[in-house]
Amino acid sequence: MTTTVSKPKREKVGRTAGPEKASWLVRLSVFVIVAMWTIPTLGLFVNSFRTSVESSSTGWWTSLIHPFTTEWTLDNYHRVLTSGGMFDALINSLIVTIPSTVIPVTLAAFAAYGFAWLRFKGRGLMFGLLVALLVVPLQLALVPLLQVYQSTGLTGSFVGVWLAHTGFGLPLAVFLLYGFISQLPKDLFESAFIDGASPFTVFTRLVLPLSVPALAAFAIFQFLWVWNDFLVALVFLGTSSDVAVLTIELASIVGSRGEAFHLLTAAAFVSMLIPLIVFLSLQRYFVRGLLAGSVKG
Amino acid sequence: METITPTRPGLKVIQALLLAGVVVLVLWFGLGLLRQPDLFSSLPPNLSKLAQALIAIVLGVVGIWALFYSANTIVEALPGRATELLRPYVFVLPAVAVVTLYLIYPTVGTVVESVTNVPEGSGPLYNYTEAFTNPEVLLALRNNLIWLLLAPAASVLIGLVFAALVDRIKRESLAKSFVFMPLAVSFVGAAVIWKFVYAWKPPGQPQIGILNAAWVWVGGFFVNLGWIEQVEPIAWLQLIPWNTVALIAIMVWLQVGFAMVVLSAAIKGVPAELTEAARIDGASEFQSFIRIVVPSIWGALLTVYTTIAIAVLKVFDIIFVTTGGNFDTSVVAVRMYQEMFRFRNFAQATTMAVILLIAVIPIMVINIRNLRRQGIGK
Repeated sequence: MTTTVSKPKREKVGRTAGPEKASWLVRLSVFVIVAMWTIPTLGLFVNSFRTSVESSSTGWWTSLIHPFTTEWTLDNYHRVLTSGGMFDALINSLIVTIPSTVIPVTLAAFAAYGFAWLRFKGRGLMFGLLVALLVVPLQLALVPLLQVYQSTGLTGSFVGVWLAHTGFGLPLAVFLLYGFISQLPKDLFESAFIDGASPFTVFTRLVLPLSVPALAAFAIFQFLWVWNDFLVALVFLGTSSDVAVLTIELASIVGSRGEAFHLLTAAAFVSMLIPLIVFLSLQRYFVRGLLAGSVKG
Repeated sequence: METITPTRPGLKVIQALLLAGVVVLVLWFGLGLLRQPDLFSSLPPNLSKLAQALIAIVLGVVGIWALFYSANTIVEALPGRATELLRPYVFVLPAVAVVTLYLIYPTVGTVVESVTNVPEGSGPLYNYTEAFTNPEVLLALRNNLIWLLLAPAASVLIGLVFAALVDRIKRESLAKSFVFMPLAVSFVGAAVIWKFVYAWKPPGQPQIGILNAAWVWVGGFFVNLGWIEQVEPIAWLQLIPWNTVALIAIMVWLQVGFAMVVLSAAIKGVPAELTEAARIDGASEFQSFIRIVVPSIWGALLTVYTTIAIAVLKVFDIIFVTTGGNFDTSVVAVRMYQEMFRFRNFAQATTMAVILLIAVIPIMVINIRNLRRQGIGK
């Protein structure tokens, strides 16, 4: 670490003075917070490569201190993916998440365009209603929907859970996409309409391509939300192995306490793999989406 | 682009209806087939699962577009005036219909059930008096209140401090991504991660949870100094009332990244001249941060606080997976789930949901108003 060069006082003013003048106290505080936010995950990660005997008898840090005497193993991952229900759960998570992302993004994009650029009866009322539903926690929907699902046989079906996620995600999706689509330049559409294009064509050929940043931001948000969801899957899809998603499978391993318990570490990382990839590779869009949803962007 | 020939509108309509009919039929049968568990039983199990996944995803993703396309084709095939009149509804009605079915209808249903599903001869508020006289529910409400007081404030405070500090160091984005990463982790995954942090082994055995290891290690120093008699590892998730704080720490760990990203962007948006002027007038860096930066990012602070507060009121997964609501850690959402599935008491379950709604509405109104004031999306 380099020693901080003392500089004329005027230069230390404000945030623009640059990073190099950070004091040791600032660096130490940042380091402590980063450590506190990393160590829990690191512990789980290290444990996932240790034998069940080691991880239940000594702390994970002992393996980091003595890396060459530790018996590192991939066995946990191998067993989680071949014997337990984890592989099926991974596929089930994909079956649930991809349509549960595409369907609400599509519905919301159509609706946002309609509300922003088309004139029709009931427009204000419908839009107001949609946005007002942002206040409703999804818990409010559980009991009556479950009753409907049970009487129509939709419980435990993928379509049922796609539609549930769509319904719960739509208010936010319409709210965010309307904000973006209503700000597109008007002239753009007018020239297309003069050329005889229908609103459907304008929507698919102009609006959608131009809205990619907003669509991507919401899509990533919804993807992570659905992938990480536990409650909706638990209530509408259930725990039977042909439909159980990763979070359900993981929670059932936590509860098992028996045979499978030492596979928990590897199972947890299997469940985190795809959201981490999506998140790290598309972070830019995601951050933009967070900002659009929270401060003016 | 094809143009509508006004001479043969009838044929167009029939073609369009046929197309829509085919789309609906394909979807109906396709989705029905998916429910047959032994659909691909001739394939090896993993391949069969993959084939099922592929069909499901294609049906879901292509299906929604095919439905929109055919609805639009029908409307465009209609006579000119009808097209003009109906076209906007092709765009907005699907979304409106889905939220009507999935949010409006059940919300009304929940509220109605909570006041009508009562024993004969008792008033409409029966379920609510039951709830508010049940010590378990009162405990859940108290815990929700503790969560609400601690989690959003701690997340915003740590997020703000980190955003302010990290602004001054090299490798800013690297440091930020470490704190940001838990945002990609599910609540269930976070619960698993922290179960290992809080793990407990009997005294004398090596501790495998880092918190107890640190506790015993630090305690050992004090024992050596003779300040305390002995140090015992603690079962953090069973130690009432600190177990609720231990669970709140998981939530804070998850939410700080969100607070930090939003606040960091807001801090960078504060004009440097403002803080510089304050410094020239003799304010310390800390003073200028409190007096200039914090008031300038007030809107962002409020947004972050209310957003986290709403998430906290609805918290379910973390508690369900770690303690199952035992050891006095239950909250309203966990209570609701238990009423629904363990006790099969839909009357109480809906009552819990309405209590949640009443708690969330004021915070949500502040949140949305605040977003509007900041001109979201512009």
